[in-house]
Amino acid sequence: MTERGAPSRIDALRARIAEIEGGDRRARDVLPFGLETIDARLPGGGLALGSLHEVAGGAQGVTDGAAAALFAAGIMARTEGKILWCMTKADLFAPAIAQAGLDPDRVIYLEAQDETSVLACFEEGLRHGGLGGVVAEVPRLSMPVSRRLLLAAESSGSIGLALRRWRRREDASDFGQPTAATTRWRVTTVASEALPVPGVGRPRWFVELIRCRAGESADFLVESCDATGRLALPAGLADRPAAAQAWAASTAA
Amino acid sequence: MEGRRRVLTAVSTPAGALGLHVGMAVTQAQALVPDLLIMDADPYADEEALERLAVWSLRKYSPLIALDPPDGLMLDVTGATHAYGDAAGLLADILRRLADVETAARAVCAPTYGAAHGLARFGDGKLQNEPLKVIDPCELVKAVAMLPLAALRLEPKIVQTLSALGVETVAQLEAMPRASLALRFGSEPGRRLDQIYGRLSEPFEAVEAPRQIEVDRRFAEPIGAPETIARYIRKLVDELCQSLEEAGLGARRLDLHFHRVDNAVQAIRAGLAKPSREKGQIARLLCDRIETVDPGFGIERMVLAAPAMEPLGLRTMSSLGDKPVPDVSALVDILGNRVGEERLFRIAARESHIPERSVKRIAPMADPTLLRWPARWPRPARLFARPEAIETMALLPDHPPVHFVWRGVRRRVKRADGPERIYGEWHLSEAEWLSVRDYFLVEDETGARYWVFRQGDGVDAATGGQEWFLHGLFG
Repeated sequence: MTERGAPSRIDALRARIAEIEGGDRRARDVLPFGLETIDARLPGGGLALGSLHEVAGGAQGVTDGAAAALFAAGIMARTEGKILWCMTKADLFAPAIAQAGLDPDRVIYLEAQDETSVLACFEEGLRHGGLGGVVAEVPRLSMPVSRRLLLAAESSGSIGLALRRWRRREDASDFGQPTAATTRWRVTTVASEALPVPGVGRPRWFVELIRCRAGESADFLVESCDATGRLALPAGLADRPAAAQAWAASTAA
Repeated sequence: MEGRRRVLTAVSTPAGALGLHVGMAVTQAQALVPDLLIMDADPYADEEALERLAVWSLRKYSPLIALDPPDGLMLDVTGATHAYGDAAGLLADILRRLADVETAARAVCAPTYGAAHGLARFGDGKLQNEPLKVIDPCELVKAVAMLPLAALRLEPKIVQTLSALGVETVAQLEAMPRASLALRFGSEPGRRLDQIYGRLSEPFEAVEAPRQIEVDRRFAEPIGAPETIARYIRKLVDELCQSLEEAGLGARRLDLHFHRVDNAVQAIRAGLAKPSREKGQIARLLCDRIETVDPGFGIERMVLAAPAMEPLGLRTMSSLGDKPVPDVSALVDILGNRVGEERLFRIAARESHIPERSVKRIAPMADPTLLRWPARWPRPARLFARPEAIETMALLPDHPPVHFVWRGVRRRVKRADGPERIYGEWHLSEAEWLSVRDYFLVEDETGARYWVFRQGDGVDAATGGQEWFLHGLFG
């Protein structure tokens, strides 16, 4: 859609909308994923810093949020400064977070008694401004609460990630409700790529950009975070060396 | 330790009844009592404990207290006994409070320090029978007469030589001609004798209570409204920070006490991750908690104290090109205050292969850690506190399951990696001597990845019962 129509008019309109919306808001920086396919779909070429984003797991991940947690850790790994990770159920396994590129010395965990206190600490962390980002595992996120969080993030420039994780699968219908978050992601684990030998290949995710403010929704098939928190495109989709293609053809046959 | 022998330095009352005594060799004591419980002496800890006791008594009994190491306190109770009736009442109170914390003690009140020291340790009454004694000034001579020479605080060598000469008690030593005594043993015996009889004064090194910074405010008209309390908290914090600045210290813990008109005391305690004397930060921590205070009919006095203080750490003010690292300790305090300090933590690596033992919680503002987990072994994003039992179908000894049932749902395994064998920590517990866990990473048809393990190596039953468990979920 961006390419269609006269670019100058579209740009002028965009600038006007930003003016109406933003007022005195600071010009936002973005955190690119480093993957052209994803970054091209996001306004500004990356995840907006000083903003609120939502991540949830798909399928079974709705309740365990394992892939979503690694996705969040990968994003946080590419920020600077300390990270606050708020949750009610401390079942996160820190070595996996470290493997997703987020150094354990950077993460401060907060195990709150209840949901309300997670949200309060989430907001407090976003408002502080000294943190690189805040992740909070929350089941429910209402419009007013998310708006508060967004304002807190905008005031400080820290990135906020609401990791939506529900107790029961049925509750996940809540994810359809609107919130003030800038983007909304769903990360579902899919079968890893077949290897020529028995074993499990690099984990793959089906990442859906369900909602994106000033952008369109999209979906991507990616390989999970490496040790620096970066996603990768599966070799089958990306350009790859001829040898690998020949090899893939032989395994397929 | 006495030379190369290990000797008893203290014995409990039941052990004493069994015939053990101080100075006995440990080997001999063990021969007498086979299941004797022996603990290493820790003179430094003893001295510290004695000092703590002295500081506590300072508040309670007398403003002048000296340590009488290794096991005594000297209290100058001149003019301090009226609160307990008389000296005997005061001693009884000391003994009762010590008995409450299961400490046996003897208390003697005597006209001289020397006499009190000797009588408390070598007095005729046994510990249980007559734990406290008050000696009247006119009874002093009679009371100390039969004390052994060891009560005089003389060197053991002098006591030994004197007893070889047939001198056993204080009265006998007192009867000896002073000049020849001084010629043979120096001035020491004479000085100690004079001290016990009160002919010579004795230096008294009083213990000083550690300085506590405390500010308080009394209200002519009791206050109760949260806004008023907040205003006075800010005033108190201002004063406290002033004192902290003068002392060059930062507070690590703050206690704010509210004395209500009905004599009840309410308290707010706040901790700081780093020593600080920032007014805004401290006031905010305390004001956050006002709602937990019930002012009742009004508060007539507020006391703000800093029971734990530390020198303020040095901060680098400039650096070459590096971006300054934002300090988040203020945020940590605010959050810790809200949810509880123990609920805020970092996770650091521990040297253990057992997954649940490979992590430990450390303080959020602790120094950076060096140890990291091995990066090559896949670890699940979510680890269950208790591995969940699953029903499986698997070939022994080292095949992953073909399918398994977890939480009532059957999952067919499409791909698997493993086993990763993790041995029990035999150096920690006998039960783990042989135990083995074989971990597999399995992926089902939907692409969900699980971390399952089998107890035992699949061959030897001693290594585990071959049950299967699901321990974590990969992302």
